Formats: sequence, C-alpha cells, structure tokens
Amino acid sequence: MTELRLSHRPATGRKVADVLVRVFSVLSAALGIFFLFWILWVVLKKGHTVLSWSFFTSAPPSPGEGVGGIKYALVGTLKMTGLACLMGVPVGLLTGVYLAEFGRHGAFASGVRFCVNLLMGIPSILVGLFAYTVIVLAAPRHYSGNAGAFALAIIMLPTVARTSEDMLLLVPDALRESALALGIPRWRMITGILFRAARKGLLTGVLLSVSRVSGETAPLLFTALNNNFYPKNLSQPTANLTVTIYNYAMSPYDNWQRVAWGASLVIMAFLLGVTLLLRFILKERHRS
Amino acid sequence: MTPRRLADLWKAQTSFRKSSAFHRHVDRAFRYLTLACAATTLLLVGAILWNLIEHAWPSITKFGLGFVTSSQWNPVKSQYGAASSIYGTLVSTAIALILALPISLAIALFLTSYAPPWLAKIVGTCVELLAAIPSIIYGMWGLFVFAPYMQKTVQPMLAKLPGPLFDGAPLGVGMLTAGIILALMILPFLTAVMRDVFAMTPPVLMESAAGMGSTSWEVTRKISIPYGLRGLIGATFLGLGRAIGETMAVTFVIGNSHRISTSLFAPGNTIASTLANEFNEADSPLLEAALIELGLILFVITLIIQILAHLWLKNLQKRQAR
Amino acid sequence: MNVPAQEAPFETVRDVVVENPVISAQKLDFWYGQSQALFANDLDIAPRKVTAIIGPSGCGKSTHLRVYNRIFEQYRGQRAGGRVLLDGQDLLAPGTDSIALRRRIGMIFQKPTPFPMSIFENVAYGVRLHFSFSRKELERKVEESLRAAALWDEVKDLLHKPGTALSGGQQQRLCIARALAMSPDVLLMDEPTSAIDPVATARIEELVLQLKERLTVVIVTHNMQQAARISDHTAFFHLGRIIEFGATAKMFTNPSHPKTEEYITGRFG
Repeated sequence: MTELRLSHRPATGRKVADVLVRVFSVLSAALGIFFLFWILWVVLKKGHTVLSWSFFTSAPPSPGEGVGGIKYALVGTLKMTGLACLMGVPVGLLTGVYLAEFGRHGAFASGVRFCVNLLMGIPSILVGLFAYTVIVLAAPRHYSGNAGAFALAIIMLPTVARTSEDMLLLVPDALRESALALGIPRWRMITGILFRAARKGLLTGVLLSVSRVSGETAPLLFTALNNNFYPKNLSQPTANLTVTIYNYAMSPYDNWQRVAWGASLVIMAFLLGVTLLLRFILKERHRS
Repeated sequence: MTPRRLADLWKAQTSFRKSSAFHRHVDRAFRYLTLACAATTLLLVGAILWNLIEHAWPSITKFGLGFVTSSQWNPVKSQYGAASSIYGTLVSTAIALILALPISLAIALFLTSYAPPWLAKIVGTCVELLAAIPSIIYGMWGLFVFAPYMQKTVQPMLAKLPGPLFDGAPLGVGMLTAGIILALMILPFLTAVMRDVFAMTPPVLMESAAGMGSTSWEVTRKISIPYGLRGLIGATFLGLGRAIGETMAVTFVIGNSHRISTSLFAPGNTIASTLANEFNEADSPLLEAALIELGLILFVITLIIQILAHLWLKNLQKRQAR
Repeated sequence: MNVPAQEAPFETVRDVVVENPVISAQKLDFWYGQSQALFANDLDIAPRKVTAIIGPSGCGKSTHLRVYNRIFEQYRGQRAGGRVLLDGQDLLAPGTDSIALRRRIGMIFQKPTPFPMSIFENVAYGVRLHFSFSRKELERKVEESLRAAALWDEVKDLLHKPGTALSGGQQQRLCIARALAMSPDVLLMDEPTSAIDPVATARIEELVLQLKERLTVVIVTHNMQQAARISDHTAFFHLGRIIEFGATAKMFTNPSHPKTEEYITGRFG
C-alpha cells in the first residue's frame, strides 16, 4: 500500500479573496450609509432655513416674494390621505380577512393573492393614469382631490390586504376554535376577537400603507394636480405637498425652490419617523 | 332544569338580535362582504388593463407595431414611437441592477456574517431608511446636488475610459445618473431580501463547510448563494419591477430627450418619465392616446415580470416543500 | 399492535348500558380529506356524569370529541358520517344551528386561550351576544361563572386586568368560567390539563368533580390516573375505533379487552 500523502494547496489565494470580499462588503455598507447621510444632510441644510411655525400656517408665496408657507398643501395632503384611508383601509382589511379566514387555500383566494401582489408592484404612475381615465375623464376632464385620493387608495389597498392577512394568520387557530366553541358567530369572532388579538399588526399595516402613499407624487400628477387655494373640499384640483415640491423645485424662482426644500424636509422627517416607529413596533412583537 | 337556567333560556329568546338566526344572517352577509372586497382586487387589475387599452386604442390602431420600433416623437407631425422610452427604461434599469446587485449582496453579507450584532443593527437600520426617502427627494437631490457632482468629478474621470459608453459631453443629467439613483433606491429592498435568503441557509450546512476549513466568503459563495440562488433570482425580478416603473427621481435627472444614444452620459427618457413630463401638456387626443399606450406597455412589462417572479417563487416553494 | 385497521367485523366491548344518554354517537365515521380517522364509533354519554376518553396518541379521541360541537366544520376536507344524537336530534344533520348547538355544548382546549381583553370581558363577551341581560344581571352572571370555576376569589379584584396576565392554571379556569357563563348542558374538555402544572391540574380535576352536579362532562385525556380519578365511564380508543367502553372502576381494575389491558398497564401508547 502506498503511503497517503496529504498535499496542502496553499491557502494564500483563498485568504486574499476572503479579505477582498470582506473589504468590499465593508465598503458597500459604508457607501449605503454615506449616501443616506448625504441626502439627509442636503435636505436638512437646504430645508431648515425656511422652517418656522409660520411655514406651517401661511399661504403659499408668490413667485419671487418671501417664503410664505405650506398650509394649503399640508391640509390638502392630509385630506386626501385621510379619504384614501377611508376607501383603502376597509377594503384592504376585509380582503385580508377573506384570505386568512374564508378563502385560505382555495383557487379564488390564490388568484386574489396574486392580484394583490400585482397591485403592489404596479408603478404608481400607472395607478395615477388609471385614476385619470376613471375619475378625471368621467366628468368632462375634471381634475380633483377625490381622483387623487382614489389613486392613493388603490396604492394602499394591497399593502393593507397583505399585512392584514399575514397578521391574522399569526393568531393561533386555538383562539378561533375556542371562540367558535362558545357559540360566538364567526363575524363576531373575527371583528371582536381576532382584530383585537392582531391589532398591533393591523395598525402596522395601516401605518405602512400611509407611509407608502404620503411620499407619492406620481399618482397625483394627473389627478389632484395642484392648487394655489385652500382645499375646502376635494372636488377641485387640490394643493398637496409632493406636487408642490415638484412644481416649485422645477421653477426658476429661488424662493419657491427654498420652499420645496423645506417641504421636503417636512415629508422626510415624517417618513423617517414612521419607519423607525414601525421598526420599533415590529421588533417588540419579535421579542414577545 | 333549575328556574335560573329557564330564565336564562327565556332571556336568550327575547330578541331577534340575540338569536342565532340573526347571527347566521350576519355571518353570511359578512362573508359576502369580505368576498366582495377580495374580488375588488381582481376587478382592479382587470379594469386597469381594460382602461389603458381602451384609451390607448386610437394610438394602437394608428401606429400598430411600429409604435414600439419607432423612436420618433414629433407632436408637430403627430408621429409617435415608444422606442426611445422603452430603450431608456431598459438601460436605466439595467444600470441600476448591475450596480445594486453586487452592492446589496455585499451589504447583506456584511450584516449577516461580518459585522458584530450592534453594528449590523445600526447599518441595517440605515440601509432600511434609504427606502423611507420619497422618490421626489431623490429627484431633487439628484438634480441639484448629485448631477453637478457627476458632471464635475465623476464623468470627466469616466470619459477617459475607452469605448462608446462614456462618450460625449458630461452634462451631469442623463442615463448614468438616473441609473445610479435608481440603484440607490432599490438597494434597501434587494438587501432586505438577500439578508432573508442568507438567514434561510441552514446553519448546519454553513458550519460544516466552515469546519472543513472554508473561509467565510467560500461558505457564502459555495453554500449560501447556491442554496438561496432561486430566492435571489426571484428577488432580482422584484427589484427589477420596482426600478422599471420608478417615476419622479428619474424624471428629475434623466434629461428627458426622445433620443437613443449609445453613450450613458447622454440624456434620455423612460416610459414613466415621459408620462410624468408630457401627459399634462398633451393637447391632442392622439398624443394622449400615445402616452397611455406607453403606460400600457409599462403595465404589460410589469405584469410579465410579476408573473415570472410569481411562477419562479412558487416553483421554489414547491421544491423546498419536498 | 399490528392489527390492520380495516379488520372486520369489529365489535366494541361494553359492560354498561347508558340510560337516557345526553349525547349518543351512532356509527360515527370521520375523514380528514381522504384518510379515515374514525370508524363506526358508537358511544353514549350519560347525563351528569364524567365520561373519559382515553387511548394512545393519534387514536382519534380528540377527533371524536370535536364532532360533538361541530367545531371541525370550519376546516376544509374534514367531514363526519353517521349520526350524533343530542336529545334525540341528529346534530350532524345539515340544518343544525351550530351557534345554538355550541351554546349548549361548551368546550375547553389543551392550551388556555384567554381572549385579548379583560377578565370580566372574557366571561361577558359570549354572554352578551346571546342573552339580553341588564348590566346588573351580567355582573351577577360573570361572578356566578367565576365562582363555579373556582376562580372568583383569586380574580375578584382584578376583573379589569387582561386575561392574559393570569397564570396558566388560572387562564384555564377562566376559559372554564367563560364556557359556564353560556349555561351549557355539556362541557367537552380536550386534554385540559396537558399544558398545566400538577398543582393547577389538581384544582381543575376537583372542579370537574364539582361541575358534574350541574352538567355533563366529556374529557379527553392521555393521563390515565386522571381518568381513573375523575370519570364515571371510560371509552378506550385505538386506531379510530372504540375498543372498550365501561364503568371506569371496572375498566381500570379488570379490563375485558386484551388491548385495553395492554394500554392501561403501560405496555404501549
């Protein structure tokens, strides 16, 4: 029998590759953080100069004169988001209920699930285009905050539906059974007990969808447009933050551009806050 | 039966609202209500497709297949073609993916294997926050800060490279800048999915590979990546779907020109940016129809990507179940 | 052990005859999709007595119990054949009102499942749905139920604390109180003490013995000592069939079927 010889392949090359990958991964992480802080810094630097209490309570400025405020846009955004919630959240929630409680494994449910994913992936500008064809063109070309809210609701719907389904499925079947075994009818079991058991998760879904739409511009471009007047109701083109930012940023007026940065800072602060809050809530659940 | 029990039963029957017949009716109504809501999603997808086709119809019948191949966009002669928008969409998305894939892979690797937990937490949160920045802010930052930087610093350096990709005047705005910003925007999404994929690899597999003397990159390359390859590809599809329809950021920085150019420095446009730019100014019905047809094309592309991703991931689940 | 399940003919050994059964299962079959889990079960449940269902894991004892209140019907592919008579009426008949049925037949599960609400609300929730009680009557009903579940003294000052704040054993008694508040005739218990410590288990066993004065209890357990301690009748299940049914005292001292003896003496299961 010949002697078995252990030949060592030199490990230098492999180790070098490992170190290179390590360095690349550290650099990549640093790059991501660098860009985040670059953007945050720019928005903060350019936006903070206009921030004051009156920025939130004043009418928009005329071109070239002062900074005025974003009151109208803020109110318009809040109203449209609110209306979108009223439309999107119940439908999304009940779709989630259908998927988790009634459909579960049926063919219809998997079709619905696929469409929910599809709706999540549709570019928001197409949702705006759809709302334009359905609402704006319904009356002879009438742009309105309602059309904008409709578009936002369509964007909210799939997010709410999917998180609702996931969160309801996290509730153990034992709780469902023990409620049904008490003679509690199914609808009360769902609305009274499951909703309560999953309330944190359901709220997360709603917050997630609100954060998703509150930074959206594209779906409002062809629906709500923008307006220089106070949004008393949503039947007219409606002032809103994101389209205001877009219009002002693209304008040649220095004061409008400053307002655009200020409004960006407001939106960004809101969205970062919501994201951190959601992260915190989700963490909390993980632990318990 | 005790008198108390009898009293209970009597009380139970005193009102219809407390009777189980009532609850059975409400149960059925509730079930139908949820069914109707679920059906809404199907209806919406159908309605979006139908509406886009209907309103694009004048353009579809006028230009036929030529719409996709022609790069003319001439409102004066009423000649419209989608080629430049489609080209721009594909190229900017490709740049985004080429840049974002390796970087997100590396960040995911950093988060799961190299960084100590406290650092991974901070870095993970930061990358996640990139997703919280709205598109329009990427756009403004891109136009006013990043594009000038590209023009002064990055593009002159790249211009020294041979080949037609980096020819032409460094304008700052253009395909490359748009691609880089898109990459940044899909980065958090891709990183999150890749992180999940790495987390899925059974520790036993990784430990036994490491036990054989593999370096941690080798463990990743030979165990984690192959193990999660299908998941990674599915994630790429979804990232693609995100990048392809991104509107505001791209509209700010791509330059908005209906021209096809081999140079990545050249301004161009994408389907979404063309829509954002021109739809409100569309004064002729034919132009509006042509723009809606652009939207229809984008919708069909997203639809195909979604279906592929769906089939791919479904297949994946089946395999894993086995 | 290797007796094929399909072996026929099969006859349950029984040495008691139950007069006026509350529930009477007749030729009860059960399927999970394609696979049959119960085979022609015949079982009479005596009123105001405790009937224990024992047998090795997977023998179908829980499945059998879950037919009595039709709780299985919310799952696709699960179906029952044969008849189960409650006061002479087949509760498996298509027209049966499950909600009314479950008001009469309460159920306690393996793991305590307090609802995500206060202790008071836990007990009051179901009551309020079905009974038109005034606030006073409702409070009395809740107190009465908590007393009947031997929990009142421990929780009377915490009625507005969440039900989940209680210990495991207390939670299970809360679930019992919740079921008792519906004034049921029958209480089904599906291994009610398997997730609970021995001291809490003893309290629940004591409680079952008290409850038998006012209602009928059917308890599934894999703890044979428990069955011996608290039940009057015992049914021994094996592979979806009822092998033996009889008075508990007799069955545990002198089982008639060799299989029962093997199980009781701990040779399998």
